[in-house]
Amino acid sequence: MSKKVLVFAEGREGRLRNVSLEALSVAKLVAEGGEIAATVFGTQSSQFVDILAHHGADKVYVLDHSSLDQYLIEIYKEAFMQVVNEFKPDVILIGHTANGRDFAPKIAQALEVGMISDCTAVDLVDGKIVFTRPIYAGKAFVKKVSKDDIILATIRPNNISMGEPDSSRTAEMIELSYTPSESSLRVQIKDVLRKASKGVDLTEANIVISGGRGTKSKEGFEKLYELAELLNAAVGASRSACDEGYADYSLQVGQTGKVVTPDLYIALGISGAIQHLAGMSNSKIIVAVNKDPEAPIFQVADYGIVGDLFEVLPMLVEEVKKLKSESA
Amino acid sequence: MNILVLMKQTFDTEEKIVLEDGKVSEEGVEFIINPYDEYAVEEAITIKEELGGEVTVISLGPDRFESSIRTALAMGADKAILVDDPDLFGDEYSVAKVLAKVIQDQSFDLILGGYVAVDNGSGQVPQRVAEILNIPFISTAVKIEVDNSKVTVHRDVEGDTEILETNLPAIITSQQGLNDPRYPSLPGIMKAKKKPLKHLSASDLEISPESVQAKTEEIDIFLPPKKEAGRILSGELGEQAKELIELLHNEAKVL
Repeated sequence: MSKKVLVFAEGREGRLRNVSLEALSVAKLVAEGGEIAATVFGTQSSQFVDILAHHGADKVYVLDHSSLDQYLIEIYKEAFMQVVNEFKPDVILIGHTANGRDFAPKIAQALEVGMISDCTAVDLVDGKIVFTRPIYAGKAFVKKVSKDDIILATIRPNNISMGEPDSSRTAEMIELSYTPSESSLRVQIKDVLRKASKGVDLTEANIVISGGRGTKSKEGFEKLYELAELLNAAVGASRSACDEGYADYSLQVGQTGKVVTPDLYIALGISGAIQHLAGMSNSKIIVAVNKDPEAPIFQVADYGIVGDLFEVLPMLVEEVKKLKSESA
Repeated sequence: MNILVLMKQTFDTEEKIVLEDGKVSEEGVEFIINPYDEYAVEEAITIKEELGGEVTVISLGPDRFESSIRTALAMGADKAILVDDPDLFGDEYSVAKVLAKVIQDQSFDLILGGYVAVDNGSGQVPQRVAEILNIPFISTAVKIEVDNSKVTVHRDVEGDTEILETNLPAIITSQQGLNDPRYPSLPGIMKAKKKPLKHLSASDLEISPESVQAKTEEIDIFLPPKKEAGRILSGELGEQAKELIELLHNEAKVL
């Protein structure tokens, strides 16, 4: 049976997040010919209408209001509910990003429906939408279905293919006005401190380069950044590297910390504790560099080099530079 | 300052997952306080030590949760409530409805909890509780400062930090880096044994189990395909580095 699907499209630093397009590809599967709408918030949002159309949106609800330029849970919930009431979707899909995973449960509770978080795959089985999601940070997976009339799920970035765009498609743009209610302003934002190291977001990066205890110091850990910049990769860290103070906790990959599934994960000086493996072993290709040939990380690595990371790292930098100059 | 902490017990993160009859086996498993909830417990105790008041731990789960609740009491929480009635165990919707009911009977200024649990990993319950109670909510705190009826929170957003302010009562969830949880002291452990731990059932809470039934259903559980160990390169390190980049480019096609 065809379904009306609503996708939350999220912009970040002037770009549409990939996961929004990945969610649209899920929408195309589950809509079964039904109407697909996307909604996008903030004063820069109308620029995303075309790309959302190319990826399957029939309608785009644009809430062009400066109060939505900065994420706040209450106003995002309120604005999103306004779109829900307007479009009346059967299925709601939201990217499982820092903001998406934050306000989606508020939507679920406001609608008094179930929610399936952090899905890595979505299938149609006998007309039912079946969501696959990790538990224990990916040590196991469950398949879940919703029993509600409105099905709500968040989609993990970087797991579902976004599909080919069709640049001939267009979407109807619907502008909705939005004014925050008094109660939605109960939380006030005072300031935003941007992280010192810019670069790619860990959970959405195609390549992640992580350092562990073997980096030995903060300075040692920082040596990872040259290779990361060359490869346009995000930098991650093991729990021991964070506990030792070599890296910030926001970089931690593992069952506590972030779970990542990039195309390429390079583990440097990481032994591979179970809780770290849970956070990265579903990456497509894993490379390990470690002095200890017995390190458990080699059990999940596609390619391994036994050696000192401080010797290997500059060699990798050289080889990547060569590769880049050849293909340039 | 009366603080409630929403706490869950989880598998130790070093545990492997074994399936038995379509369920995760608990045999021989070490249980711990969900690490994110442990930050919340620590923060609650720290705030109480500074401002006075009481810390109450609230949990929903089986009897085995008691060992983790005793740990929280040994760290310095004052009392605890455990809803251990299996009729009330469901999904995130069920848990939030039940916890909200428990909370409505408490007097509180602040509710703390982890932003996610490392087992189920859904990260829904605190937001749902905030929505039911209609109070402000701030997630992934790396710093919390209480000043009379106001609270200032540093919120981690993918490495950026937002500085937010709201009035109490509010619900705040913790992110890694908020604090360094203490180990319970020996006197703390002794005292914890005598601290009040109330067990509540559906009838105590006057909840009909039908009203909190799960909205979602698990239809399958499986382990990820076991990853085969790959190739360990050999030869001189410089040659290995060269070979690796070639393999990533030509064979794996990820560069």
